[in-house]
Amino acid sequence: MADTPIPLEVRNITKRFGDTEVLKGLSLQAQKSDVITLIGASGSGKSTFLRCMNLLEQPDDGELIIHGEPIRFKQTRHGREPADWNQVVAMRAKLSMVFQGFNLWAHMTLLENIIEAPVHVLGKPKKQAIEHARELLERVGLSDRADYYPAQMSGGQQQRGAIARALAMDPDVMLFDEPTSALDPELVGEVLKVIRGLAEEGRTMILVTHEMAFARDVSTQVVYLHQGQVEEAGPPAQVLGNPSSERLKQFLAPKN
Amino acid sequence: MDALMNGLEQLLAGNSIFTLQTLGYYGEGLVTTVQLVFLSLLIGLVLAIPLSIGRGAKRAWIRLPIFFFCYVFRGTPLLVQLYLIYYGVVFVDGIQDTWLWLILEKPFVPALVAFTLNTAAYTTEIFRGAIKSTPKGEIEAARAYGMSQRLMMRRIVMPSAFRRALPAYGNEVIFMLHASAIASVVTIMDLTGAARFVYARFYAPFDAFFFAAAIYLCLTFAILYFFRYLEKKLLAHLKPATG
Repeated sequence: MADTPIPLEVRNITKRFGDTEVLKGLSLQAQKSDVITLIGASGSGKSTFLRCMNLLEQPDDGELIIHGEPIRFKQTRHGREPADWNQVVAMRAKLSMVFQGFNLWAHMTLLENIIEAPVHVLGKPKKQAIEHARELLERVGLSDRADYYPAQMSGGQQQRGAIARALAMDPDVMLFDEPTSALDPELVGEVLKVIRGLAEEGRTMILVTHEMAFARDVSTQVVYLHQGQVEEAGPPAQVLGNPSSERLKQFLAPKN
Repeated sequence: MDALMNGLEQLLAGNSIFTLQTLGYYGEGLVTTVQLVFLSLLIGLVLAIPLSIGRGAKRAWIRLPIFFFCYVFRGTPLLVQLYLIYYGVVFVDGIQDTWLWLILEKPFVPALVAFTLNTAAYTTEIFRGAIKSTPKGEIEAARAYGMSQRLMMRRIVMPSAFRRALPAYGNEVIFMLHASAIASVVTIMDLTGAARFVYARFYAPFDAFFFAAAIYLCLTFAILYFFRYLEKKLLAHLKPATG
Protein backbone atom coordinates (compact mmCIF):
# COMPACT_ATOMS: atom_id res chain seq x y z
CA MET A 1 0.00 0.00 0.00
CA ALA A 2 1.35 3.35 -1.02
CA ASP A 3 -0.84 5.40 1.24
CA THR A 4 -1.15 3.49 4.51
CA PRO A 5 -4.17 4.65 6.47
CA ILE A 6 -3.75 5.45 10.14
CA PRO A 7 -4.23 2.22 12.14
CA LEU A 8 -6.34 3.83 14.84
CA GLU A 9 -7.86 7.23 15.20
CA VAL A 10 -10.42 8.44 17.71
CA ARG A 11 -12.03 11.86 17.62
CA ASN A 12 -13.91 13.68 20.32
CA ILE A 13 -14.87 10.70 22.43
CA THR A 14 -17.27 11.52 25.23
CA LYS A 15 -18.63 9.16 27.83
CA ARG A 16 -20.77 9.62 30.87
CA PHE A 17 -21.76 7.19 33.61
CA GLY A 18 -25.01 8.54 34.99
CA ASP A 19 -24.41 12.16 35.86
CA THR A 20 -20.65 11.94 35.80
CA GLU A 21 -18.96 12.93 32.61
CA VAL A 22 -15.93 10.67 32.49
CA LEU A 23 -14.54 11.53 29.08
CA LYS A 24 -14.94 15.07 27.80
CA GLY A 25 -14.06 14.91 24.15
CA LEU A 26 -10.83 12.97 23.79
CA SER A 27 -8.96 12.50 20.54
CA LEU A 28 -5.96 10.42 19.68
CA GLN A 29 -4.14 9.25 16.62
CA ALA A 30 -1.94 6.17 16.55
CA GLN A 31 0.35 6.11 13.53
CA LYS A 32 2.09 2.90 12.64
CA SER A 33 4.77 1.98 15.24
CA ASP A 34 3.55 4.59 17.69
CA VAL A 35 3.71 3.69 21.34
CA ILE A 36 1.26 5.96 23.11
CA THR A 37 1.11 5.94 26.89
CA LEU A 38 -1.90 7.22 28.76
CA ILE A 39 -1.11 8.39 32.27
CA GLY A 40 -3.12 10.09 34.95
CA ALA A 41 -4.51 9.70 38.43
CA SER A 42 -7.11 7.03 39.04
CA GLY A 43 -10.48 8.33 37.95
CA SER A 44 -8.94 10.42 35.21
CA GLY A 45 -10.66 8.25 32.61
CA LYS A 46 -7.61 6.63 31.04
CA SER A 47 -8.85 3.05 31.27
CA THR A 48 -12.33 4.03 30.12
CA PHE A 49 -10.77 5.85 27.18
CA LEU A 50 -8.80 2.74 26.23
CA ARG A 51 -11.89 0.57 26.56
CA CYS A 52 -13.81 2.92 24.28
CA MET A 53 -11.27 2.24 21.57
CA ASN A 54 -12.46 -1.34 21.06
CA LEU A 55 -15.99 -0.53 22.22
CA LEU A 56 -15.90 -2.55 25.44
CA GLU A 57 -17.41 0.72 26.60
CA GLN A 58 -19.80 2.50 24.28
CA PRO A 59 -18.80 6.14 23.88
CA ASP A 60 -21.75 8.50 23.93
CA ASP A 61 -20.31 10.53 21.14
CA GLY A 62 -17.26 10.78 18.93
CA GLU A 63 -15.72 8.92 16.07
CA LEU A 64 -13.68 5.77 15.87
CA ILE A 65 -11.73 5.19 12.68
CA ILE A 66 -9.84 1.98 12.09
CA HIS A 67 -7.56 1.96 9.05
CA GLY A 68 -9.52 4.79 7.56
CA GLU A 69 -12.80 2.98 8.07
CA PRO A 70 -15.16 4.75 10.47
CA ILE A 71 -17.26 2.61 12.79
CA ARG A 72 -20.92 3.26 12.07
CA PHE A 73 -23.24 4.08 14.95
CA LYS A 74 -26.98 4.38 15.34
CA GLN A 75 -29.16 5.98 17.96
CA THR A 76 -31.39 3.68 19.97
CA ARG A 77 -33.63 4.08 22.94
CA HIS A 78 -30.72 3.16 25.22
CA GLY A 79 -28.27 5.58 23.64
CA ARG A 80 -25.79 5.20 20.87
CA GLU A 81 -24.89 1.73 19.64
CA PRO A 82 -22.80 0.38 16.78
CA ALA A 83 -24.97 0.05 13.70
CA ASP A 84 -23.29 -3.12 12.54
CA TRP A 85 -21.92 -5.53 15.12
CA ASN A 86 -20.13 -7.49 12.42
CA GLN A 87 -18.05 -4.42 11.78
CA VAL A 88 -17.23 -4.19 15.47
CA VAL A 89 -16.28 -7.86 15.62
CA ALA A 90 -13.97 -7.43 12.64
CA MET A 91 -12.48 -4.30 14.20
CA ARG A 92 -11.85 -5.99 17.53
CA ALA A 93 -10.02 -8.80 15.80
CA LYS A 94 -7.48 -6.20 14.66
CA LEU A 95 -7.06 -4.59 18.07
CA SER A 96 -5.82 -7.04 20.68
CA MET A 97 -6.26 -6.13 24.29
CA VAL A 98 -4.17 -7.07 27.30
CA PHE A 99 -6.03 -6.64 30.57
CA GLN A 100 -5.03 -5.68 34.06
CA GLY A 101 -6.49 -8.94 35.41
CA PHE A 102 -5.03 -11.09 32.56
CA ASN A 103 -8.48 -12.56 31.81
CA LEU A 104 -7.19 -15.80 30.38
CA TRP A 105 -9.98 -18.35 29.91
CA ALA A 106 -9.67 -20.52 32.98
CA HIS A 107 -10.96 -23.77 31.51
CA MET A 108 -8.39 -23.81 28.72
CA THR A 109 -4.69 -24.51 28.82
CA LEU A 110 -2.37 -21.68 27.90
CA LEU A 111 -1.91 -23.08 24.39
CA GLU A 112 -5.67 -23.42 23.93
CA ASN A 113 -6.09 -19.84 25.14
CA ILE A 114 -3.65 -18.62 22.51
CA ILE A 115 -5.13 -20.48 19.54
CA GLU A 116 -8.78 -19.90 20.52
CA ALA A 117 -9.45 -16.59 18.78
CA PRO A 118 -7.15 -17.16 15.77
CA VAL A 119 -8.93 -20.47 15.04
CA HIS A 120 -12.51 -19.55 15.89
CA VAL A 121 -12.59 -15.86 15.07
CA LEU A 122 -10.06 -15.53 12.26
CA GLY A 123 -10.62 -19.03 10.89
CA LYS A 124 -6.93 -19.91 10.88
CA PRO A 125 -6.14 -23.63 10.42
CA LYS A 126 -5.55 -25.21 13.80
CA LYS A 127 -2.18 -26.70 12.95
CA GLN A 128 -0.86 -23.37 11.77
CA ALA A 129 -2.26 -21.64 14.84
CA ILE A 130 -0.51 -24.11 17.13
CA GLU A 131 2.80 -23.58 15.37
CA HIS A 132 2.44 -19.83 15.69
CA ALA A 133 1.40 -20.18 19.34
CA ARG A 134 4.53 -22.22 20.11
CA GLU A 135 6.72 -19.53 18.57
CA LEU A 136 4.97 -16.89 20.64
CA LEU A 137 5.32 -18.93 23.82
CA GLU A 138 9.03 -19.25 23.11
CA ARG A 139 9.19 -15.53 22.67
CA VAL A 140 7.50 -14.68 25.98
CA GLY A 141 9.56 -17.39 27.69
CA LEU A 142 6.74 -19.82 28.44
CA SER A 143 7.52 -22.77 26.18
CA ASP A 144 7.32 -25.16 29.11
CA ARG A 145 3.93 -23.84 30.23
CA ALA A 146 1.89 -24.57 27.07
CA ASP A 147 -0.23 -27.25 28.74
CA TYR A 148 -0.70 -25.47 32.05
CA TYR A 149 -4.00 -23.96 33.07
CA PRO A 150 -4.02 -20.27 34.05
CA ALA A 151 -4.62 -21.11 37.72
CA GLN A 152 -1.40 -23.10 37.71
CA MET A 153 0.76 -20.15 36.73
CA SER A 154 2.04 -17.05 38.50
CA GLY A 155 0.57 -13.66 37.69
CA GLY A 156 3.61 -12.69 35.65
CA GLN A 157 3.40 -15.89 33.64
CA GLN A 158 -0.32 -15.41 33.08
CA GLN A 159 0.23 -11.88 31.84
CA ARG A 160 3.03 -12.95 29.50
CA GLY A 161 0.68 -15.69 28.30
CA ALA A 162 -2.03 -13.08 27.76
CA ILE A 163 0.41 -11.03 25.70
CA ALA A 164 1.14 -14.12 23.59
CA ARG A 165 -2.62 -14.53 23.15
CA ALA A 166 -2.85 -10.93 21.96
CA LEU A 167 0.06 -11.38 19.55
CA ALA A 168 -1.50 -14.50 18.08
CA MET A 169 -4.13 -12.32 16.43
CA ASP A 170 -1.44 -10.50 14.42
CA PRO A 171 -3.02 -7.27 15.64
CA ASP A 172 -2.54 -3.91 13.99
CA VAL A 173 -2.75 -2.18 17.34
CA MET A 174 -2.27 -3.58 20.83
CA LEU A 175 -4.13 -2.07 23.76
CA PHE A 176 -2.65 -2.56 27.23
CA ASP A 177 -4.87 -1.73 30.20
CA GLU A 178 -2.55 -1.37 33.21
CA PRO A 179 -0.80 -4.64 32.38
CA THR A 180 1.38 -4.68 35.49
CA SER A 181 -0.94 -3.19 38.10
CA ALA A 182 -2.20 -6.53 39.40
CA LEU A 183 1.27 -8.03 39.70
CA ASP A 184 3.56 -8.47 42.67
CA PRO A 185 6.47 -6.03 42.38
CA GLU A 186 8.99 -8.76 41.65
CA LEU A 187 6.94 -9.95 38.68
CA VAL A 188 6.50 -6.57 37.03
CA GLY A 189 9.93 -6.62 35.38
CA GLU A 190 9.39 -9.81 33.37
CA VAL A 191 6.19 -8.43 31.85
CA LEU A 192 7.64 -5.00 31.09
CA LYS A 193 10.57 -6.70 29.39
CA VAL A 194 8.20 -8.44 26.98
CA ILE A 195 6.31 -5.22 26.25
CA ARG A 196 9.56 -3.33 25.74
CA GLY A 197 10.58 -5.96 23.19
CA LEU A 198 7.33 -5.38 21.32
CA ALA A 199 7.87 -1.63 21.29
CA GLU A 200 11.36 -2.12 19.91
CA GLU A 201 10.12 -4.19 17.00
CA GLY A 202 7.79 -1.39 15.98
CA ARG A 203 4.42 -2.61 17.17
CA THR A 204 1.70 -0.01 17.36
CA MET A 205 0.62 0.10 20.98
CA ILE A 206 -1.50 2.13 23.34
CA LEU A 207 -0.76 1.62 27.01
CA VAL A 208 -2.38 2.71 30.21
CA THR A 209 0.25 2.47 32.91
CA HIS A 210 1.52 3.77 36.21
CA GLU A 211 5.11 2.82 35.42
CA MET A 212 6.54 6.25 34.67
CA ALA A 213 10.11 5.16 34.06
CA PHE A 214 8.87 2.58 31.64
CA ALA A 215 6.62 5.09 29.89
CA ARG A 216 9.58 7.42 29.46
CA ASP A 217 11.65 4.63 27.90
CA VAL A 218 9.26 3.08 25.43
CA SER A 219 6.75 5.75 24.45
CA THR A 220 6.74 7.87 21.33
CA GLN A 221 4.00 9.93 22.88
CA VAL A 222 2.72 10.44 26.41
CA VAL A 223 -0.79 11.68 27.10
CA TYR A 224 -1.63 12.97 30.56
CA LEU A 225 -5.33 12.85 31.31
CA HIS A 226 -7.03 14.82 34.02
CA GLN A 227 -10.75 14.52 34.71
CA GLY A 228 -11.55 13.19 31.29
CA GLN A 229 -9.54 15.74 29.36
CA VAL A 230 -6.08 15.84 27.86
CA GLU A 231 -4.08 18.08 30.14
CA GLU A 232 -0.78 17.63 28.37
CA ALA A 233 0.51 15.49 25.52
CA GLY A 234 3.73 15.13 23.61
CA PRO A 235 7.01 13.26 23.44
CA PRO A 236 8.00 11.65 26.77
CA ALA A 237 11.07 13.82 27.23
CA GLN A 238 8.88 16.89 27.19
CA VAL A 239 5.78 15.65 29.02
CA LEU A 240 7.60 13.67 31.70
CA GLY A 241 10.90 15.57 31.72
CA ASN A 242 9.71 19.12 31.50
CA PRO A 243 5.98 19.32 32.17
CA SER A 244 4.30 22.68 31.83
CA SER A 245 1.06 21.82 33.64
CA GLU A 246 1.05 22.36 37.39
CA ARG A 247 -1.10 19.29 37.93
CA LEU A 248 1.20 17.07 35.92
CA LYS A 249 4.16 18.37 37.90
CA GLN A 250 2.38 17.38 41.09
CA PHE A 251 1.35 14.04 39.62
CA LEU A 252 4.95 13.24 38.72
CA ALA A 253 6.46 14.49 41.96
CA PRO A 254 7.78 11.83 44.33
CA LYS A 255 4.91 10.80 46.60
CA ASN A 256 6.76 10.56 49.87
CA MET B 1 -24.72 -69.04 31.12
CA ASP B 2 -26.09 -72.39 32.25
CA ALA B 3 -23.38 -72.67 34.83
CA LEU B 4 -24.29 -69.24 36.13
CA MET B 5 -27.96 -70.18 36.38
CA ASN B 6 -27.07 -73.40 38.20
CA GLY B 7 -24.89 -71.53 40.62
CA LEU B 8 -27.67 -69.03 41.23
CA GLU B 9 -30.19 -71.76 41.80
CA GLN B 10 -27.96 -73.39 44.37
CA LEU B 11 -27.44 -70.07 46.09
CA LEU B 12 -31.17 -69.52 46.25
CA ALA B 13 -31.99 -73.05 47.35
CA GLY B 14 -34.33 -72.98 50.30
CA ASN B 15 -34.97 -69.23 49.94
CA SER B 16 -38.69 -68.80 49.53
CA ILE B 17 -38.65 -65.07 48.70
CA PHE B 18 -35.71 -64.59 46.37
CA THR B 19 -36.44 -67.04 43.64
CA LEU B 20 -35.37 -66.77 40.03
CA GLN B 21 -38.83 -65.37 39.35
CA THR B 22 -38.72 -62.55 41.89
CA LEU B 23 -35.13 -61.75 40.90
CA GLY B 24 -36.48 -61.46 37.39
CA TYR B 25 -38.96 -58.84 38.61
CA TYR B 26 -36.19 -56.90 40.25
CA GLY B 27 -34.12 -57.19 37.10
CA GLU B 28 -36.93 -55.84 34.94
CA GLY B 29 -37.61 -53.16 37.52
CA LEU B 30 -33.97 -52.13 37.43
CA VAL B 31 -34.07 -51.86 33.65
CA THR B 32 -37.24 -49.75 33.81
CA THR B 33 -35.78 -47.46 36.47
CA VAL B 34 -32.56 -46.97 34.53
CA GLN B 35 -34.45 -46.31 31.30
CA LEU B 36 -36.79 -43.85 32.92
CA VAL B 37 -34.08 -41.96 34.76
CA PHE B 38 -31.57 -42.00 31.94
CA LEU B 39 -34.05 -40.86 29.30
CA SER B 40 -35.57 -38.13 31.43
CA LEU B 41 -32.13 -36.84 32.44
CA LEU B 42 -30.91 -36.90 28.86
CA ILE B 43 -33.92 -35.10 27.41
CA GLY B 44 -34.04 -32.77 30.41
CA LEU B 45 -30.39 -31.88 29.88
CA VAL B 46 -30.92 -31.17 26.20
CA LEU B 47 -33.89 -28.95 27.06
CA ALA B 48 -32.05 -27.20 29.88
CA ILE B 49 -29.19 -25.93 27.71
CA PRO B 50 -31.25 -23.55 25.55
CA LEU B 51 -33.61 -22.82 28.46
CA SER B 52 -30.76 -21.75 30.72
CA ILE B 53 -29.46 -19.40 28.03
CA GLY B 54 -32.95 -18.02 27.44
CA ARG B 55 -33.48 -17.68 31.18
CA GLY B 56 -30.91 -14.89 31.18
CA ALA B 57 -32.16 -13.23 27.99
CA LYS B 58 -32.72 -9.50 27.86
CA ARG B 59 -36.10 -9.86 26.14
CA ALA B 60 -38.86 -10.45 28.64
CA TRP B 61 -40.98 -12.61 26.34
CA ILE B 62 -38.16 -15.17 26.26
CA ARG B 63 -37.07 -14.83 29.87
CA LEU B 64 -40.41 -14.76 31.68
CA PRO B 65 -42.03 -17.95 30.32
CA ILE B 66 -38.88 -19.88 31.20
CA PHE B 67 -38.80 -18.31 34.65
CA PHE B 68 -42.44 -19.29 35.09
CA PHE B 69 -41.82 -22.86 33.91
CA CYS B 70 -38.93 -23.30 36.35
CA TYR B 71 -40.87 -21.68 39.15
CA VAL B 72 -43.87 -23.97 38.73
CA PHE B 73 -41.94 -27.20 38.30
CA ARG B 74 -39.60 -26.47 41.18
CA GLY B 75 -42.38 -25.13 43.36
CA THR B 76 -44.68 -28.15 43.25
CA PRO B 77 -44.13 -31.76 44.29
CA LEU B 78 -43.02 -34.14 41.59
CA LEU B 79 -45.71 -36.56 42.69
CA VAL B 80 -48.41 -33.97 42.02
CA GLN B 81 -46.91 -33.24 38.62
CA LEU B 82 -46.93 -36.95 37.86
CA TYR B 83 -50.56 -37.29 38.89
CA LEU B 84 -51.56 -34.28 36.83
CA ILE B 85 -49.91 -35.56 33.71
CA TYR B 86 -50.85 -39.23 34.12
CA TYR B 87 -54.46 -38.77 35.19
CA GLY B 88 -55.00 -35.43 33.51
CA VAL B 89 -54.19 -36.61 30.02
CA VAL B 90 -57.31 -38.80 29.97
CA PHE B 91 -59.49 -35.74 30.16
CA VAL B 92 -58.07 -34.12 27.03
CA ASP B 93 -61.00 -34.19 24.60
CA GLY B 94 -60.70 -36.76 21.88
CA ILE B 95 -57.23 -37.92 22.79
CA GLN B 96 -58.42 -41.48 23.22
CA ASP B 97 -59.30 -41.61 19.53
CA THR B 98 -55.83 -40.68 18.31
CA TRP B 99 -52.71 -42.77 17.96
CA LEU B 100 -51.23 -40.81 20.85
CA TRP B 101 -53.43 -42.73 23.20
CA LEU B 102 -51.59 -45.95 22.39
CA ILE B 103 -48.54 -44.38 24.03
CA LEU B 104 -50.21 -42.32 26.73
CA GLU B 105 -52.44 -45.10 27.93
CA LYS B 106 -49.46 -46.78 29.51
CA PRO B 107 -47.85 -44.99 32.45
CA PHE B 108 -44.29 -44.94 31.11
CA VAL B 109 -44.56 -41.94 28.81
CA PRO B 110 -46.56 -39.74 31.20
CA ALA B 111 -43.99 -40.51 33.90
CA LEU B 112 -41.17 -39.78 31.48
CA VAL B 113 -42.76 -36.45 30.59
CA ALA B 114 -43.22 -35.48 34.25
CA PHE B 115 -39.66 -36.45 35.18
CA THR B 116 -38.19 -34.78 32.12
CA LEU B 117 -39.95 -31.48 32.74
CA ASN B 118 -39.05 -31.59 36.41
CA THR B 119 -35.35 -32.25 35.88
CA ALA B 120 -35.28 -29.73 33.01
CA ALA B 121 -36.53 -27.06 35.42
CA TYR B 122 -33.93 -27.85 38.07
CA THR B 123 -31.11 -28.23 35.57
CA THR B 124 -32.03 -24.93 33.93
CA GLU B 125 -31.60 -23.18 37.27
CA ILE B 126 -28.32 -24.97 37.97
CA PHE B 127 -26.93 -23.93 34.59
CA ARG B 128 -28.25 -20.43 34.87
CA GLY B 129 -26.42 -19.96 38.14
CA ALA B 130 -23.25 -21.31 36.55
CA ILE B 131 -23.63 -19.08 33.49
CA LYS B 132 -24.21 -16.05 35.69
CA SER B 133 -21.07 -16.69 37.66
CA THR B 134 -18.83 -16.73 34.59
CA PRO B 135 -15.94 -14.39 35.48
CA LYS B 136 -16.62 -10.96 33.95
CA GLY B 137 -13.04 -10.68 32.76
CA GLU B 138 -13.31 -13.84 30.67
CA ILE B 139 -16.41 -12.52 28.96
CA GLU B 140 -14.71 -9.21 28.35
CA ALA B 141 -11.70 -10.97 26.85
CA ALA B 142 -13.99 -12.96 24.55
CA ARG B 143 -15.64 -9.77 23.34
CA ALA B 144 -12.33 -7.96 23.00
CA TYR B 145 -11.03 -10.79 20.82
CA GLY B 146 -13.84 -10.37 18.33
CA MET B 147 -16.15 -13.18 19.38
CA SER B 148 -19.80 -12.83 18.48
CA GLN B 149 -22.36 -13.46 21.23
CA ARG B 150 -23.07 -16.90 19.84
CA LEU B 151 -19.44 -17.92 19.53
CA MET B 152 -18.71 -16.65 23.02
CA MET B 153 -21.59 -18.71 24.43
CA ARG B 154 -20.42 -21.82 22.63
CA ARG B 155 -16.69 -21.55 23.25
CA ILE B 156 -16.29 -19.68 26.52
CA VAL B 157 -19.42 -19.33 28.62
CA MET B 158 -21.04 -22.75 28.26
CA PRO B 159 -17.87 -24.88 28.56
CA SER B 160 -16.88 -22.91 31.62
CA ALA B 161 -20.41 -23.04 33.09
CA PHE B 162 -20.78 -26.79 32.51
CA ARG B 163 -17.69 -27.40 34.54
CA ARG B 164 -18.85 -25.20 37.37
CA ALA B 165 -22.28 -26.86 37.28
CA LEU B 166 -20.90 -30.39 37.41
CA PRO B 167 -21.01 -31.01 41.19
CA ALA B 168 -24.53 -29.58 41.49
CA TYR B 169 -25.68 -31.51 38.43
CA GLY B 170 -24.31 -34.73 39.93
CA ASN B 171 -26.60 -34.14 42.88
CA GLU B 172 -29.53 -33.59 40.54
CA VAL B 173 -28.84 -36.94 38.85
CA ILE B 174 -28.86 -38.75 42.17
CA PHE B 175 -31.97 -36.86 43.20
CA MET B 176 -33.74 -37.97 40.01
CA LEU B 177 -32.74 -41.58 40.55
CA HIS B 178 -34.31 -41.52 43.98
CA ALA B 179 -37.31 -39.48 42.89
CA SER B 180 -38.03 -42.03 40.18
CA ALA B 181 -39.25 -44.38 42.93
CA ILE B 182 -42.56 -42.56 42.86
CA ALA B 183 -43.14 -43.88 39.33
CA SER B 184 -44.38 -47.01 41.06
CA VAL B 185 -47.49 -45.20 42.31
CA VAL B 186 -48.78 -44.92 38.75
CA THR B 187 -48.35 -48.68 38.31
CA ILE B 188 -44.93 -48.61 36.68
CA MET B 189 -42.98 -51.74 37.61
CA ASP B 190 -39.74 -49.99 38.30
CA LEU B 191 -37.33 -51.10 40.99
CA THR B 192 -39.58 -49.85 43.77
CA GLY B 193 -42.61 -51.27 41.96
CA ALA B 194 -40.94 -54.67 41.91
CA ALA B 195 -40.13 -54.37 45.60
CA ARG B 196 -43.74 -53.48 46.36
CA PHE B 197 -44.88 -56.47 44.41
CA VAL B 198 -42.58 -58.83 46.26
CA TYR B 199 -43.56 -57.28 49.58
CA ALA B 200 -47.26 -57.73 48.84
CA ARG B 201 -46.76 -61.29 47.71
CA PHE B 202 -44.69 -62.51 50.67
CA TYR B 203 -45.49 -59.85 53.25
CA ALA B 204 -41.78 -59.45 53.87
CA PRO B 205 -41.08 -55.73 53.93
CA PHE B 206 -37.47 -55.91 55.08
CA ASP B 207 -36.41 -58.44 52.47
CA ALA B 208 -38.31 -56.75 49.67
CA PHE B 209 -37.28 -53.17 50.30
CA PHE B 210 -33.77 -53.69 51.63
CA PHE B 211 -32.95 -55.51 48.44
CA ALA B 212 -34.31 -52.59 46.38
CA ALA B 213 -32.44 -50.15 48.61
CA ALA B 214 -29.21 -52.06 48.06
CA ILE B 215 -29.63 -51.80 44.30
CA TYR B 216 -30.35 -48.04 44.54
CA LEU B 217 -27.25 -47.70 46.65
CA CYS B 218 -25.16 -49.46 44.02
CA LEU B 219 -26.58 -47.19 41.32
CA THR B 220 -25.83 -44.14 43.44
CA PHE B 221 -22.25 -45.28 43.89
CA ALA B 222 -21.91 -45.77 40.16
CA ILE B 223 -23.21 -42.23 39.55
CA LEU B 224 -20.96 -40.75 42.21
CA TYR B 225 -17.97 -42.54 40.75
CA PHE B 226 -18.83 -41.36 37.25
CA PHE B 227 -19.12 -37.74 38.36
CA ARG B 228 -15.94 -37.93 40.36
CA TYR B 229 -14.21 -39.16 37.23
CA LEU B 230 -15.74 -36.32 35.18
CA GLU B 231 -14.77 -33.73 37.75
CA LYS B 232 -11.22 -35.02 37.87
CA LYS B 233 -11.03 -34.75 34.12
CA LEU B 234 -12.91 -31.51 33.54
CA LEU B 235 -12.04 -29.56 36.66
CA ALA B 236 -8.30 -30.10 36.32
CA HIS B 237 -7.92 -26.40 35.58
CA LEU B 238 -8.94 -25.48 39.11
CA LYS B 239 -6.25 -27.51 40.80
CA PRO B 240 -2.82 -26.13 41.50
CA ALA B 241 0.02 -27.59 39.47
CA THR B 242 1.67 -30.74 40.68
CA GLY B 243 5.40 -30.65 40.05
